Amino acid sequence: MSEMKKTLTDPIFNNNPIGLQILGICSALAVTTSMSVSLVMCIALTTVVAFSNLTIALIRNQIPNNIRIIVQMTVIASLVIVVDQVLKAVAYEISKQLSVFVGLIITNCIVMGRAEAFAMKNPPFESFVDGLGNGLGYSVVLLTVGFIRELFGAGTLFGVEVLPLVTEGGWYNPNGLLLLSPSAFFIIGLLIWALRAWKTEQVEEPEFKLASHVVAREGA
Amino acid sequence: MEYYLSMFIRAVFIENMALAFFLGMCTFIAVSKKIQAAIGLGIAVVVVLTITVPVNNLIYNYLLADGALAWAGFPDVDLSFLGLLSYIGVIAAIVQILEMFLDKYVPALYNALGVFLPLITVNCAILGSALWMVERDYNFTESVVFGAGSGVGFALAITALAGIREKLKYSDVPQGLQGLGITFIIVGLMSLGFMSFGGIDL
Repeated sequence: MSEMKKTLTDPIFNNNPIGLQILGICSALAVTTSMSVSLVMCIALTTVVAFSNLTIALIRNQIPNNIRIIVQMTVIASLVIVVDQVLKAVAYEISKQLSVFVGLIITNCIVMGRAEAFAMKNPPFESFVDGLGNGLGYSVVLLTVGFIRELFGAGTLFGVEVLPLVTEGGWYNPNGLLLLSPSAFFIIGLLIWALRAWKTEQVEEPEFKLASHVVAREGA
Repeated sequence: MEYYLSMFIRAVFIENMALAFFLGMCTFIAVSKKIQAAIGLGIAVVVVLTITVPVNNLIYNYLLADGALAWAGFPDVDLSFLGLLSYIGVIAAIVQILEMFLDKYVPALYNALGVFLPLITVNCAILGSALWMVERDYNFTESVVFGAGSGVGFALAITALAGIREKLKYSDVPQGLQGLGITFIIVGLMSLGFMSFGGIDL
């Protein structure tokens, strides 16, 4: 049981897909201007990664090794089509805002990466849990970024006013930069810094070390 | 002509795939450590995008769109829900064919591109461009220009980033920011730079 819990919680902080494995960054940046959109994206991705892991783990012994990428792609693409159609039917407005990014879950490296690295080698239930865990790790980053960007960029959370804006007679002057693309990079960069300051074993070794400063001795 | 030229410029600078839409970020960050590798990947992306976007455009317009099968006698069939699966299949197939073709006829380029060619299948910039093309309803010529433009934009961005990262090894980066963290911040600054093209309306 503790093994199971580890599979679930490890990807959240210790082995975060975005912070450490450099997977699935595209969508993390693009859909985080508002909380509700990020939340829908998180649910969509977690569903896809969990079920694609489950499906691939179920048929892992039947997949011939040299066409496994195509098989994985087909499974993932079919799941994404289902999610896309459900979103269009249930939450049309939000699916319009997500536009191409739902489709891009197919090429989201988290899904492919977990299918290849975990589901091909482990039984279905563990794979499902691993998928959930990685989906949650992704969601934590996405929701944090979304929270910061929406709160300080527009003064709202889930579209509800939290900080009253100056333009509407309140006191908060929104930071427009947070709604634009560069801010997402800065926030994720700083988040990674924070995560690594806390979990120091994730720090990358520098490729080159600076030599310490030496003063030439006189007459030498 | 002028229309296509301005569309090309817009795809390269103003709507840069990597820096404005965050597409292809994973490879963008993973393959930008060495300038040589970055240029190789950039060229591969340009080639693949220029081929796949127009091909997907034909597939969408003649097979998948609502009523597109009228030429085959099925005017009421709407297969657009199969879009995602078809685009990714087409991309994977074309990348594979291109790889075999280059191996046979242009071995120099094949060796230069190396491992990056197969990697491109899962680059979101490629699928993303195909999806943008469908969403914006481009015709065939527009899709050629758009594909080439976004490829060039991606190549430009990744080469620039690799140049900066090569210089970066001489700098003293705080411990926790080492590697991935500082790269994100650099990309953020580059993206700010590219935003200065934003006001230009061609």
